[in-house]
Amino acid sequence: MAQREDVNPAVALVRERPLVVVFVALAAVLGIDLVRKLANGGVLVADLATFLWDGTILGMSIGLAGVGLAMTYSILNFANFAHGDYITAGAFAGWLTTFLIAGFGEFALQALVLIGGPLPISTADLGISVTATPIAILAGIVVSAATTAGLALLLDRYVFKPMRDQRGISLLIASVGVALALRYLLVYVFQASSRGLTAGAKTPSFQLGIGQGSLPINAHEVTLVVLAAGLMLATHVVLKYTKLGTAMRAMADNEDLARVSGIPTERVVRATWLLGGALTGISGYLIALERGVLTTGLGWELLLLIFAAVILGGIGSVYGAMVGGLVIGLASRVSLVWLPESFIIVAAFAVMIAMLLVRPQGILGGVTTV
Amino acid sequence: MSTTTGRADRINDAVLLLGFALGIYVLFTLVSFVLGLDLNGTVNTLRRITFLSAVYAMLVLALNLQWGYAGLFNLGVAGFMAVGVYTMGMLSTAPSSTPPGLGLPLPIGILGGILAASLVGVVASLPALRLRGDYLAIVTLAFSEIIRRTYRSPVFQEFTVGGLSLGTGGSRGMSLPSNPIRSLFYENPTEITSPPSAFGNAVFSAAEGFGIQSTVVEGWAWAIVLLLVVAGIYVLLRRVGNSPFGRVLKAIREDELVASALGKDTRWFKIKVFALGCALMGLAAILWRIGGIASTSSFMPIQTFYVFVALIIGGAGSNTGSVIGGAVFASLLFEGPNFVRRVVTELVPVGNAPNTFFDAVGALAGLDPTPLLAYTLSDVNVSALRLVLLGVVLIYLIQNRPDGLLGHRKEVAASVDLSERTGGGKQ
Amino acid sequence: MTTAPPEQEQATGEEYTETDDTQTEESPLLRVRNLEKSFGGITAVDGVSFDVAQGTMTGLIGPNGAGKSTTFDLITGVQKPDSGRVVFDGTDITGNRPYQNTNRGLVRTFQIARELDEMTVLENVMLAPQNQLGEALWRSVLPGARDGVVAQETELREEAWETLEFFEIDHLAEEYAGSLSGGQRKLLEMARVLMTDPDMVLLDEPLAGVNPSLEEKLLERLHELREEGYTFLLVEHDMDVIMNNCDPLIVMHQGQLLTAGSPAEVQNDERVLDAYFGEEVLG
Repeated sequence: MAQREDVNPAVALVRERPLVVVFVALAAVLGIDLVRKLANGGVLVADLATFLWDGTILGMSIGLAGVGLAMTYSILNFANFAHGDYITAGAFAGWLTTFLIAGFGEFALQALVLIGGPLPISTADLGISVTATPIAILAGIVVSAATTAGLALLLDRYVFKPMRDQRGISLLIASVGVALALRYLLVYVFQASSRGLTAGAKTPSFQLGIGQGSLPINAHEVTLVVLAAGLMLATHVVLKYTKLGTAMRAMADNEDLARVSGIPTERVVRATWLLGGALTGISGYLIALERGVLTTGLGWELLLLIFAAVILGGIGSVYGAMVGGLVIGLASRVSLVWLPESFIIVAAFAVMIAMLLVRPQGILGGVTTV
Repeated sequence: MSTTTGRADRINDAVLLLGFALGIYVLFTLVSFVLGLDLNGTVNTLRRITFLSAVYAMLVLALNLQWGYAGLFNLGVAGFMAVGVYTMGMLSTAPSSTPPGLGLPLPIGILGGILAASLVGVVASLPALRLRGDYLAIVTLAFSEIIRRTYRSPVFQEFTVGGLSLGTGGSRGMSLPSNPIRSLFYENPTEITSPPSAFGNAVFSAAEGFGIQSTVVEGWAWAIVLLLVVAGIYVLLRRVGNSPFGRVLKAIREDELVASALGKDTRWFKIKVFALGCALMGLAAILWRIGGIASTSSFMPIQTFYVFVALIIGGAGSNTGSVIGGAVFASLLFEGPNFVRRVVTELVPVGNAPNTFFDAVGALAGLDPTPLLAYTLSDVNVSALRLVLLGVVLIYLIQNRPDGLLGHRKEVAASVDLSERTGGGKQ
Repeated sequence: MTTAPPEQEQATGEEYTETDDTQTEESPLLRVRNLEKSFGGITAVDGVSFDVAQGTMTGLIGPNGAGKSTTFDLITGVQKPDSGRVVFDGTDITGNRPYQNTNRGLVRTFQIARELDEMTVLENVMLAPQNQLGEALWRSVLPGARDGVVAQETELREEAWETLEFFEIDHLAEEYAGSLSGGQRKLLEMARVLMTDPDMVLLDEPLAGVNPSLEEKLLERLHELREEGYTFLLVEHDMDVIMNNCDPLIVMHQGQLLTAGSPAEVQNDERVLDAYFGEEVLG
């Protein structure tokens, strides 16, 4: 078994890295089929462009939302099942603010605070869009960040900190409790009805002509993609170039060593919740903005996809979350070429399970830590 | 701190269970009285509590085998339940219904459902062979969602395979075969308008003498069947737990490396635990839903969390605890809030509920708590607050009482009483 | 690349020929050839080869970081070697999973006692015997088959009590293993490992943290067992214990085999002293 025989390098490659080979083969087959479909008109170039654009939007949403989750995972070592509801809480806080600012004076105060809901407001009349009411939106973003950051700190203080030394499973269970409590408090206060947010027809958009069709792009989609990218870049800068970022990376790598080297671990933990929470809140706000609709289940419904992204990219790796998000987003949209809509999510989950079994450290795992 | 198992413990457990059941019955009878329900209403209330407690007892016993004994964190409970129900439906509903089924006899359908749940459980266990706690949680949750979405997909709403028509009903759901208990009471059990059988007639007339409706009688008969099944599962799992097999499961939960260092192929144990546990989950779901409608909205992740809360309350690792946990959850945490709502609205004049939270809170400024109370007591809000309560209970338990009610009792896993010695007295 | 002495080379082939159930007097019970293992950039075990003869208490010594624990892991299957071979009782067991090796009679104890805290001492010990009928799910449950399980459990229970008595911890039989003191845990570990009915036991620092009188008792027991035919490979840091109890000794340093021989030979080997005092001995 220790003998190194002379083998055909191709055979050696298959034996040593079978998964890479399978993956490349699969990608090749699908790629060829795609080209074929484009050539014979089964799929229009414009369709593909739509898938790619939608995929990017979805990917950036999940990626941004996943960064906070990856931070928690890498530094606190547990899967925070309440993460989805942090997203929703941020969205609600932010949109409450946006409604208040945009509609103040013209609409009933209570209706604004409830973001419509049981007291419906005509979104056409309210006319919220990134071009028409930029201040309201900016304020919403800031408030969503601050609220979720504060919420995360609060919950850490009372729920997770007392359990700091317990197993990951116990923390996971506690986070499920937090998720339920948070989500249904929102339902209690705001009621579960889904709310329209943006002006719809009034949102600036244009059709990009491509080949025989066109790709619709609207300003909110662009806002999400651009802001998400910017925030990811900012996160990268913080992680790489600031003292806090270095401390976070050290803790993610080896907590005991970090503590022994004098890093104030509790402070770093708090900063993680702050930073992660802010990003999570903003992601919630932007997702709602792009969709134009807000529901109390917004975050929870995305949670498994976010886990899929984080796992795919490399658990505990912030860059992994970004990459994983994009991969999941793009793959899930492009697979519409072959799969019916109802199986897109199923496919994404199947890929996640496969990844966990085959290469649990993910795409980027083992390369960078935070 | 030493342990004893044996007759004394078994009697204790029986007393515990009976005493607890009695307590719950008394409580709900009182509640019914306060609500002004007649005898029929009271009997029906007790029936509903018994039925739901039995269902949850089964589910929690099954999950206890996987998590309480073997330490496998299976967040996919709802998915295996769905497989049981949907498979039974697809096998046994008539080919003429929408969606069509295979029309096989009900016993085959039920058996098929259990087997299918078990098989899917085995497939789900394969990742468990390699993954640790929270990864396993995510994978099993994903599995559950894959199953649910597949059943909900319009692709499988109606389809043909090998010339046979089948369907899941997609998002519209599937109506399931009628409850087999009806064959006791009716001449043509599958027809809604069937005349009662001789036995049925006798029982119904007797019940009518007390003002109790036939549907309640049927319901109680089914609840009793379920109680018997719970007893059977309890005895079965007790045997499984108190055996060398159970011993290895406990070892796997504690320290899998030690188990394998002692020569156990832990993979097989995990697979079997999933096979058996998921089969029981499928059975529980079948017994729950039969006679009604299968819908994917009943099998969302929240259903799994319900079973987990019940298990944690009762105490993971204890079979008796599982039964009690299931009953506590079903009667007090699930049904309870609704009854609280009804009792409070009955006793306290709250008037009309304001439309919004802020209206209700606003009234507090004027020192009037009634609108807030009224708002809180609406159907929708009680349901929401019930889940908030669940979340808080979960957090409290896992922080302060992770052993739940009976989890501290470590039942020694052996087929014989270990404290005895052959040919000698007790040590 | 081999470093094994030529006279110990065998023809290629997984199974070594055996004339009867037991090994011949000459061939070693355990043969380790060219084991290698690296973690990341660090080579923990670097081409180690040695033999352990049956019925011996062989000592494996070396300074910290010599790779002794990793070698144990490689032999017992807890880790897979990057290359090399492990042959036990005539069969190649390289890369076997731990449970398979235990089934074959090769077991180990752990450096940090891994007791199953929430199970009683008796439960811990009753886990150990191999091929228990009741470990099959159906046999534990079905009425007819269960009788066989109950009968075997009764036998094993007796054996368990006797083993506990042998190690003088029978008074703790019904205590949870988690409540035992450090020394008692070591005894439990020994009792448990013996109940697997092994041929060879790898002992990973069994006396660490054990008080002197207990230590003496334990060593006595081990020698008794050795005389009954058990084979032990012992890792210990206490040089007195090693020198007084083990023969032969195998010395590792920086992942490699430094030397092997009787206690007297090893004691007088300068390289061994140098290794312990931190000199670079092997290039």
